[in-house]
Amino acid sequence: MPEPLFTPEEQLQFDRGIDELLTHYPPDRKSAAMLPALRHLQTLKGWLPPEGMALVAQRLGTTKERAYEVATFYVMFHTEKPGRYVIDVCTNLSCALRGAEGLLTYMEQKLGTHAGTNGDKYFLRETECLASCGTAPCLQINEDHHENLNKAKVDALLEKLK
Amino acid sequence: MTHAAPVEKVMTKNWANPGQNTLEGYQRSGGYTALKTALEWAPAKVIDEVKKSNLRGRGGAGFPTGLKWSFVPKDNPKPKYLAINADESEPGTAKDRFILENDPHMLLEGIAIACWALGAHTCYIYARGEFKYPSAVLDKAIAEAYAAGIFGKKLLGKDFELNVYQVRGAGAYICGEETALLESLEGKKGWPRLKPPFPAVVGLFGCPTVVNNVETIASLPPIINQGAEWFAKLGTEKSGGTRLVTLSGCVNRPGTYEVGMHTSLRDLIYADEFGQGLPAGRMVKAVIPGGSSAPVLNAAELDTKLEFEAFKPMQSMAGSGGVIVMDDTCCMVRCLWRVARFYAEESCGQCTPCREGQPWMARLLRKIEEGLGDMDDLKTLMNVAASIAPWPPIGLGNTICALGDAGALPVQSFVTKFKDDFVKHIENKGCPHGDKPWGHFGDFV
Repeated sequence: MPEPLFTPEEQLQFDRGIDELLTHYPPDRKSAAMLPALRHLQTLKGWLPPEGMALVAQRLGTTKERAYEVATFYVMFHTEKPGRYVIDVCTNLSCALRGAEGLLTYMEQKLGTHAGTNGDKYFLRETECLASCGTAPCLQINEDHHENLNKAKVDALLEKLK
Repeated sequence: MTHAAPVEKVMTKNWANPGQNTLEGYQRSGGYTALKTALEWAPAKVIDEVKKSNLRGRGGAGFPTGLKWSFVPKDNPKPKYLAINADESEPGTAKDRFILENDPHMLLEGIAIACWALGAHTCYIYARGEFKYPSAVLDKAIAEAYAAGIFGKKLLGKDFELNVYQVRGAGAYICGEETALLESLEGKKGWPRLKPPFPAVVGLFGCPTVVNNVETIASLPPIINQGAEWFAKLGTEKSGGTRLVTLSGCVNRPGTYEVGMHTSLRDLIYADEFGQGLPAGRMVKAVIPGGSSAPVLNAAELDTKLEFEAFKPMQSMAGSGGVIVMDDTCCMVRCLWRVARFYAEESCGQCTPCREGQPWMARLLRKIEEGLGDMDDLKTLMNVAASIAPWPPIGLGNTICALGDAGALPVQSFVTKFKDDFVKHIENKGCPHGDKPWGHFGDFV
């Protein structure tokens, strides 16, 4: 027997969340809830396991292929299990003009990894504009936003991840 | 000391008030009185008032809001929807985020007013997935509005059901394009739709839908409270009100500022109230005036008002208010290469010119920046751009949506205005700026 995807508690949370989301859409448009439903699954499991996506599809009255198509289109969805800390560094123009390339190199050195490489602990990525252009440079750690960064601030942030 | 002409604060007026992002705080500064007024008016009168205010869309296109609303067919029996575009992703732009964080009820009151005017009983706010904190503030505000009986079965006591839901995106610039946003709201990948039909006629779930930007809709409460004429007069002849712009790049004081439509680009960059100029010895080399899709300007083009019509003669646009300043030590090739990488990454893949063309342009720019390019590459670069969208711009290019143009126009404008910089890279077989391409503030310290 493969291990079940959810603990009983998670199963309850999953069902409740999907039930609530479905009230936001017309009854004949259940599949519209795909993005929030996948987000809900990812919040519970930390990523989107294939059997979880199949469950989402089933609840939304659509196919698992459709769920996978959506999941792979959007960069925030993890179809592979990411490291414990997903770190997204913006290197777009406004940030680059305020030192973002140096920030990325600094992160690579500090974490001993390369941007784009998924590891057990860190998944460091280069990302596109995060709407922090007047408060650059910036990054996000597990979606928490940090801006106006300098070396001292980054050091303090990384200290908390240990 | 340089001062800009004074700007009457409309959008940011209450941001500094304690608790402004809660219902209680919002009501302390007069919140939801505009909705009360609007509900005493016939919907048609609200639409007229918005038309008279000269409010124009703040998401990028600058389309007159009242006119957009009037495209919704009155005799269509299907439900109507309002969709709020909070997918703020245009490089250089960071303003809607601050409305959500600092004054979310201003948006919610605007939504209620707009839904009343349009006869829409459901509104979806599509916020970009990376907005964890702004979305949390907004969710709390929505819950407060329901609990206070503002939203729900009755709208502020009036027999008009209104439900408002926030939907979070998941990381895709394309979903800021209004029809891709609708696809995403329908639970699909964000592939733009062919227009016509326009969303006002066939939008969400095949129903008439108005898609408006956050700042646009947040402008409605002051318009109703203080009158369309007042709002129109704040601005210029064709662009009413004030606007939020984000100033970024090589200036002393980057940030998000409320400016007048009459405020010039020069004042934004140099005035004490705003950017406070560049460090001693540095000069402006180039400015992107309205988000990275807007064609670049040179230092001779700074005396331009930040309103929607003013940039047309220089083939650029006020766009989404993202002003990016590059100083005279910035490498134009490197800056453009970074912009081109963005469009290559964010092309949704639906149309061939964009899917193939954007990465091709990014590769050519890399080649030139790294000193491996020749004059034929520069020619190819412009040819690829032209195959996506014509230059000078004449409106939609060869792709379903404007992302194609958005990636082609920066290439065409940078190469046209700063050709010498590109040629120098080719002749010198390398970047004259060496490992310092990003200007005065380019080092991470």
